[in-house]
Amino acid sequence: MSQPATLTWLAGHELRLGWRDWVSLMTAGRRSRARTVAIALIVFAAFMHLFAYWIVAGYADATVAADTATLVGITGTLLLSWSLLLSQAMESVTRAFYARSDLDLILTSPASARKVFAVRMGRIAAASVLVAVLLAAPFIDVLAMRGGARWLSAYGVVAGMGAVATAFALALTIALFRLIGAKRTRLIAQIAAAVIGAAFVIGLQIAAIFSSGSISRFAALQSPWMLAHAPNTHSAFWWPAHAVLGDAHALVAVAAASFALLAAAIALFSGRFGEHAHAAASVGSAVVRQRRSLGFRRRSPMRVLRQKEWTLLLRDPWLVSQTLMQILYLLPPAVLLWVTFRDATGSYVILIPVVVMAAGQLAGGLAWLSISGEDAPDLIASSPIPAGRVLRAKIEAVIGMIALVFAPIVAVLACEALSGALVSALGILAAAAAATLIQICFRTQAKRSQFRRRQTSSRIATFAEAFSSIAWAATSALAAAGSWFALGPALAALGILVGVRVISPRA
Amino acid sequence: MHSPADRPIALAVRGLSKSFDRPAVDALSLTIYGGEFYALVGPNGAGKTTTLRMVVGLLRPDAGSIVIGGIDTLARPEDAKQITAWLSDEPMIYDKLTPFEYLEFVAGLWGIDARQAETRARELIGWLGLAPHAHERCEGFSKGMRQKVALAGALVHDPKLIILDEPLTGLDAGSARLVKNVLRERVAAGGTVIMTTHILEVAERMADRIGVIASGRLIAEGTLDELRHMTGKTATSLEDTFLTLVADPVAQAVAAE
Repeated sequence: MSQPATLTWLAGHELRLGWRDWVSLMTAGRRSRARTVAIALIVFAAFMHLFAYWIVAGYADATVAADTATLVGITGTLLLSWSLLLSQAMESVTRAFYARSDLDLILTSPASARKVFAVRMGRIAAASVLVAVLLAAPFIDVLAMRGGARWLSAYGVVAGMGAVATAFALALTIALFRLIGAKRTRLIAQIAAAVIGAAFVIGLQIAAIFSSGSISRFAALQSPWMLAHAPNTHSAFWWPAHAVLGDAHALVAVAAASFALLAAAIALFSGRFGEHAHAAASVGSAVVRQRRSLGFRRRSPMRVLRQKEWTLLLRDPWLVSQTLMQILYLLPPAVLLWVTFRDATGSYVILIPVVVMAAGQLAGGLAWLSISGEDAPDLIASSPIPAGRVLRAKIEAVIGMIALVFAPIVAVLACEALSGALVSALGILAAAAAATLIQICFRTQAKRSQFRRRQTSSRIATFAEAFSSIAWAATSALAAAGSWFALGPALAALGILVGVRVISPRA
Repeated sequence: MHSPADRPIALAVRGLSKSFDRPAVDALSLTIYGGEFYALVGPNGAGKTTTLRMVVGLLRPDAGSIVIGGIDTLARPEDAKQITAWLSDEPMIYDKLTPFEYLEFVAGLWGIDARQAETRARELIGWLGLAPHAHERCEGFSKGMRQKVALAGALVHDPKLIILDEPLTGLDAGSARLVKNVLRERVAAGGTVIMTTHILEVAERMADRIGVIASGRLIAEGTLDELRHMTGKTATSLEDTFLTLVADPVAQAVAAE
């Protein structure tokens, strides 16, 4: 047992909190689910190893004396993964700054605040490293099984990447605090985190489309231009790639530099963490004035409910950014469509499944906000509107929003081909309606601010929503192409809905 | 206080029961008359909030009946809700709406005529001291301000029966007095108020009758004098009377002092 208020004691405390958070996240607060979750994790790990085998087994023979193409491929993959780790670390750091939970206790206790916050930053780093290692593990294991134990050195590189991502996330977030203040940092940091996570992948895909007409991000990495402009194979730039391939010296250098950078960031920023966290905690008192209303309007209760949903969403830039972020992922296929088929007729068929898929995903998010994320459930439930009508109004609000976002796309499609526009409109409607129905079946009471954690409340709903959107996307694509095979995915989509209804807690 | 028996019944609860893991409300019966201020007191976990949540239709009872203003709430829930307002201890309002917009939303839900609702909303905003903040989003409001907005929402549709769960929790003295005054005015105007509270002084000063609930059952009911009479101690405070009635071993020890 360590002495109170020492680094090890504080680390133990943080570790316990972290572990309980994780268990709660996995089991949704129900201890009885622990065994099911353990089995699911084992199955998931086995599936990921199979998936990894399919992806990387062919690369296991790469040697330390690799050529430029291999080094570019590995380094590009590391950078892609690192951008996601940075995105995740920025999320964690921002959350830590704005979590008021024990801030008063820490700052009023005689323990050194610097020490406490240093440990807290260490916890964020440990979580980043753990996530990185767990995600990479199936790929590294497969490479080690096929190509020898030297591949295990990749674990060291991945851990180092987690450490560097946390160091950068701390620096970026502190810089945002200093540049734009506590009030705006939360929103900007969270949007930046999401964009960093998506932009690098999307950017590479768009580059690949322009250079080779392929949507694969690896096509850009292996392009002649990239290989011609890459540093020579002995450059320090390739040390992480050499370390992945089993070069012990490179591994020691990369790991040491990564953790030294993290230690320096913690030492530099732990003194300011409390100051910024305090500033973040007082952000809530900001006053936002709305334009004076002209007076109460005569509206039906249904319209009042729909209007409320739209107003709440439009006044929350963070929610708007989170829900519309999925539209970002439409960019690569849209560019691919434009590059590949700009001179051909019938190119719209390619766009339809992408649009339908995006509509399903967007509707799922909006439906959660509208149906589960009701901030005044007692008010609604104690009002004289029957529950069925309340639900109908909320569904209409979701479908209305989807119509608003996708109507311009359908209108553009209609200029190309009326039948294609009709099929995509029906596909959008079906995908949005299905995602909304899934959310209704798995609805829970939650705060809108918990939007990012909505997937954890029901993983079945999350997967059902994704598979349903995919099935409707396939149906629409095949229907637009005039194929009777469209009936197959349509039946699968309906099957998903029936399955969801059967296993729904509300059945 | 005049005998309430000659007044119309505002709320009649008969044999109300609800169990979760264990019984929370157990065959509870209650009659509250129009124009009455009724306080429901009891220890933590006694079943006060569960009872009231069933009355306003937020929970479905396992057994029993609830009649509000002659309307069976289980058979005609919307009609009963039309004349009822509920205010929970944690004010549930929308952070991104202003108090004015919130009241417009509530009035719209209750289907109140827009012009009439607006007049009423402006009155309430003035009474509750919300006028300087009427067009500010609620997200920056203190707990007291939020509670006032929620109270205005409960009153904007002019309910006959107002049910409040710990409405004074977390309010400063000024806000608490304001809320008490508004509730008194409602009762003076013929409305009925049912309130749970842990602040026994509030129940003692404001309530016409007090119901004491423990382990999901109504163990005593009446005016303060009637409750004192039940304990056989006529000069004691409500706190002493309450502690004696709920028969908690610790409480009894304190009451005996």
